[in-house]
Amino acid sequence: MTRAVAAGATADIAEAHRPHVVRRVLRRPAALSAAVVVLAFIAIAIAAAYVAPYDPLATDYRAVRKAPSPAHVLGTDEVGRDVLSRLVWGARASLLAGVVPVTIALAVSVPLGLLSGYAGGWIDGLIMRITDAMLAIPFLIVAIALAAFLGPSLVNAMIAIGIAALPTFLRLARGTVLTIKTEEYVESARALGCSALRVAVRHILPNMVPPLLIQSSITVAAAIIAEASLSFLGLGQQPPAPSWGSMLNAAQRYLSQAPWMALYPGLLIFAIVMALNVLGDGVRDALDPTQQ
Amino acid sequence: MKLGRYIAQRLVVLVPTLFFVSVLIFTLQQLLPGDAAIALAGEENDPAAIQAIRAKYALDQPFVVQYGLWIGRVLRGDFGESLRSRIPVRELLASKLPVTLELAVFSMAIALAIGLPAGVLSATYRGTPVDVTANLVALSGLSVPHFWLGIMLILLFAVQLGWLPASGYVPPWEDLRRNLTTLLLPSFVLGTGVAGVMMRHTRGAMLQTLNADYVRTARAKSVPERLVVLKHAMRNALIPVITLGAIEFGRLLSGAVLTEQIFAIPGFGKLLVDGVFNRDYAVVQGVVLVSAGLYVLLNLVADVLYFLANPRMRGSA
Repeated sequence: MTRAVAAGATADIAEAHRPHVVRRVLRRPAALSAAVVVLAFIAIAIAAAYVAPYDPLATDYRAVRKAPSPAHVLGTDEVGRDVLSRLVWGARASLLAGVVPVTIALAVSVPLGLLSGYAGGWIDGLIMRITDAMLAIPFLIVAIALAAFLGPSLVNAMIAIGIAALPTFLRLARGTVLTIKTEEYVESARALGCSALRVAVRHILPNMVPPLLIQSSITVAAAIIAEASLSFLGLGQQPPAPSWGSMLNAAQRYLSQAPWMALYPGLLIFAIVMALNVLGDGVRDALDPTQQ
Repeated sequence: MKLGRYIAQRLVVLVPTLFFVSVLIFTLQQLLPGDAAIALAGEENDPAAIQAIRAKYALDQPFVVQYGLWIGRVLRGDFGESLRSRIPVRELLASKLPVTLELAVFSMAIALAIGLPAGVLSATYRGTPVDVTANLVALSGLSVPHFWLGIMLILLFAVQLGWLPASGYVPPWEDLRRNLTTLLLPSFVLGTGVAGVMMRHTRGAMLQTLNADYVRTARAKSVPERLVVLKHAMRNALIPVITLGAIEFGRLLSGAVLTEQIFAIPGFGKLLVDGVFNRDYAVVQGVVLVSAGLYVLLNLVADVLYFLANPRMRGSA
């Protein structure tokens, strides 16, 4: 009885604090408005079929590169497709490209980080040396090289970005494990006879959440820019499927004739990334005790 | 601890890192779909040519042997040759590096000129409109997709106003004026991103030092506030920022991929992207390897600067 209480104490505290953290984030006006913007983007992406006024792939050669007008609020592109409709559908690619790579990085780095930090020895040494090597190659270069080798597609771009983001997550996860491992409550749980697995899952894992959450919120924003960059280079979403990055690629050729083609996709990337960064700052401030 | 010993210690850690970098880069080539010899042969479908490539790169040998031969050549400075132009990759790298270096230096200068004063000001006037504005600008610099900012600046300053050239690069020894005007926009684009990071770190470090005991002591001694901020607080706050600057410079050397693409600047980034699209794997390997090497080296420089700037490190470490 006593043992169960002692062992479960930290996890209970973590759970009890969770709603509090969300409230603490949303109490900041900047973070609250950022959360509203992010939710609006998610809603638009989900309801793309209902929100978009036109088919994003429907070409109209009588309305090529038409400036914004009541019929096409944000104008048309080089083959007469409605820019607004393509932006709405492109939100799906961008948001997916933000979430999927982070999920990949988390799914790999949490178990590997636990293993590395917990096992130590040569396993830790090997994992960390490979992590160092990956960190030595800049993020976007890893993503570009991998996307090029895997072949151009949105899925491959997301995998490439996920792998490129992995070393940062892995190093953070391992570092957190090393810190938590020496905490008194972990030592007491171990002294009380908890198995290594139970200590890892019940005591260490919940306390890894705050730093990984902060890193995730930053990385979602970075991944959205990375996907746009890869699509801009032609290594991400393939035409005619819409993506903000590939729309910018096409727009570059008609800069003087059709500047609206370049303006809006970039503004949207800017808006969502800015909102995510503000939200990330809010999460960090709410979770980091030294900030209060 | 002596500086020499510190550097030697760091160099020892550097060797395995670079070893794993080279293994990663070499493995990437092995992941190529299909026969590497056919891929390397490019458009040549001649079986004899493919056979010659297989023999030349020892593609019929086991992975470890292939890696050994490859790294042996790389260590002697032989990165192979470009499939397209048949120019040795080493020569390509040597000709592009100065361009990227110049761009990185200009970008860093812009980043420092904006980031440092903004960080110091926003920490000194914490909570005022100055602070809010500086934070907003820094956050914008971090959030804006740089390639899009580049396109917008071309649209404004080259297409609409006609003040600056849209793209291209002229070496400084041919025409210094044109060289500077072509680099102004791309340096600004790259610099703003770094400025955002710089400002946030400077602000954080300044807030810490402004609350430190020695600053309170200085104020108690009625040292003028200007001196307290600039001498007592800023000097110490800049220590972590110096380290960050060296790391960010390393990132600039290789992170200019899209900016170079948009402004048609023939540097490392453009070499990489062209290599990717031409399936010119020797070029891609060369660029990634040298970028990683430079990045690791600048991280070492960052650590050494930190060591030199922070007297406490010398005593205790």
